[in-house]
Amino acid sequence: MEKQKIKEIVILSGKGGTGKTSLTASFAALQKKQAVLADCDVDAANLYLLLHPNIQKKQPFVSGKLAQIRQDDCTACGLCQEYCRFDAVIKQSNPSRDTFRIDPIDCEGCGVCVHFCPVSAIDFKEQECGEIMFSSTQYGPMVHAKLHIGAENSGKLVSLVRKYAREVAKEKKLDYVIVDGPPGIGCPVIASLTGSSFVIVITEPTLSGLHDFERILQLINHFKIPSALLINKWDLNPEVASQIKELGQKQKCLLLDSIAYDQSFTEAQLKLQPVVEINKELHDRLELIWEKIIENIH
Amino acid sequence: MIVAVASGKGGTGKTTVSVNLARAIDKEILLLDCDVEEPNAHIFIQGKPIKQHTVNVPIPKVKEDLCKECGECAKICEFNAIVSFNTVPLIFPELCHSCGGCIKVCPEKALFEIDNPIGELRFYKNGKISLIEGRLKIAHPMAPPLIKSLKKHIDPQKLVILDAPPGTSCPVIATLKGSNFIILVTEPTPFGLNDLKLAVETVLELDIPFGVIINKNEPGKSIIDEYCQEKNIPILIKIPNQRRIAEHYSKGKILVDVAPEYKNLFIDLWQQVQKLAKNSTL
Repeated sequence: MEKQKIKEIVILSGKGGTGKTSLTASFAALQKKQAVLADCDVDAANLYLLLHPNIQKKQPFVSGKLAQIRQDDCTACGLCQEYCRFDAVIKQSNPSRDTFRIDPIDCEGCGVCVHFCPVSAIDFKEQECGEIMFSSTQYGPMVHAKLHIGAENSGKLVSLVRKYAREVAKEKKLDYVIVDGPPGIGCPVIASLTGSSFVIVITEPTLSGLHDFERILQLINHFKIPSALLINKWDLNPEVASQIKELGQKQKCLLLDSIAYDQSFTEAQLKLQPVVEINKELHDRLELIWEKIIENIH
Repeated sequence: MIVAVASGKGGTGKTTVSVNLARAIDKEILLLDCDVEEPNAHIFIQGKPIKQHTVNVPIPKVKEDLCKECGECAKICEFNAIVSFNTVPLIFPELCHSCGGCIKVCPEKALFEIDNPIGELRFYKNGKISLIEGRLKIAHPMAPPLIKSLKKHIDPQKLVILDAPPGTSCPVIATLKGSNFIILVTEPTPFGLNDLKLAVETVLELDIPFGVIINKNEPGKSIIDEYCQEKNIPILIKIPNQRRIAEHYSKGKILVDVAPEYKNLFIDLWQQVQKLAKNSTL
């Protein structure tokens, strides 16, 4: 039997607020139940608002450790403060004896203080940094997550969401995973991108959008992943829209289409629905775009 | 005084608020673009950088002739940035957090540190606004060390505005920590509300006074008004949803420069921020 190759389509934007989630939800609605949906914007997840997942299973995301000084065992030698490169050890000067504690927000979880403490007075426990959810939606299965406030390791959580989404696809014999990615170009974006089959960049015709498109494209090309471009709200600034097209062409990023500013995107969001469910014209247009995406994935 | 401009959701208008506030105050302002993954403030400040320099972090390197292949360096590394299978260790710079653990633990002193570039700082000046921008190197995953290096340029005697990255994870915390006041920018949509709630949780954890700006506001009461009322969160100003504003933004124009009728809105914002920041320290 031939091994099933699951294709992962990642939706990114560089700049935030260009319409990633609205369009991901629309593609989810158009793909005729051949895909698992994965929300990898783990620190501001919004896809669930449009897809209304029915959560079937939850599991904690445990990752990374934090150091904590046991005051009873600490001899206040101060070595931890000297060795910590993240200024996470706070000294409180008292008349009798100085005390040291570790600020959990600043602690990087490197364990250097734990290793070198001469009296082994520092605990180093794994932290629950978030939650992963396995759900069903009217458009197919969905894997999503919530990173706890200020938690680290968002990249690891993204990798896990993708891994579980691939597993669900394999189990249910589905061909695709559609990934709603985070903004930016840093660790959670790199984790969303590496090893995927195809990237769709959603951008807007503003100078900021152009600048951010250039950077996300450099990142995508660095990892040698084929990509395509969808310009949202193109009529806001047609001149910048053509600059974006030119840049895409030069960098071998396929132009899918340009969509005009449309109030239905906001209306659909207020109704908590993918925009293709309330606007027939956009439905037909985005259906063609989805077909074009599928044709270009090899 | 340090004022940070943040939001959970991207694209709500953080940079618009940062540059317009900086311009409207009409005093010497230091603006730091802490959205180092996608820095955009320079587009509005315009002009070429007056100087720039690379930011490095230390990463380990092995002196192979001294290494006895004991593997202690790999054992202490929590980030799998240095691995050894009873061999001379292999180092993965993009995973290294520069904690220095491997250097200290090596019994043979076979490891030393070299500079690894992670990005650069660019300096701009336009009128009374000095802008310093952090710019993360493409394919380098970790923004916080660059943000921390950028924030070393803060002069607490001056007015400082921090343009934060979107989200609620470590780059945002690295930006917001130590600020005197946080402005959260949102929009009156379900995504805007959802991400505002996350941002509020983050800011409460840091225990810094804050207020909300509703951008792309429509007449009437929105879900954001309702939420802020219920939680007793001050709404600082509302910026109307107008295509003209979006068009100015698309061209990289500062709104108060091209549409001076908005100047009073940002002056009002500044007065409220000063009052709220002061009250909280009393």
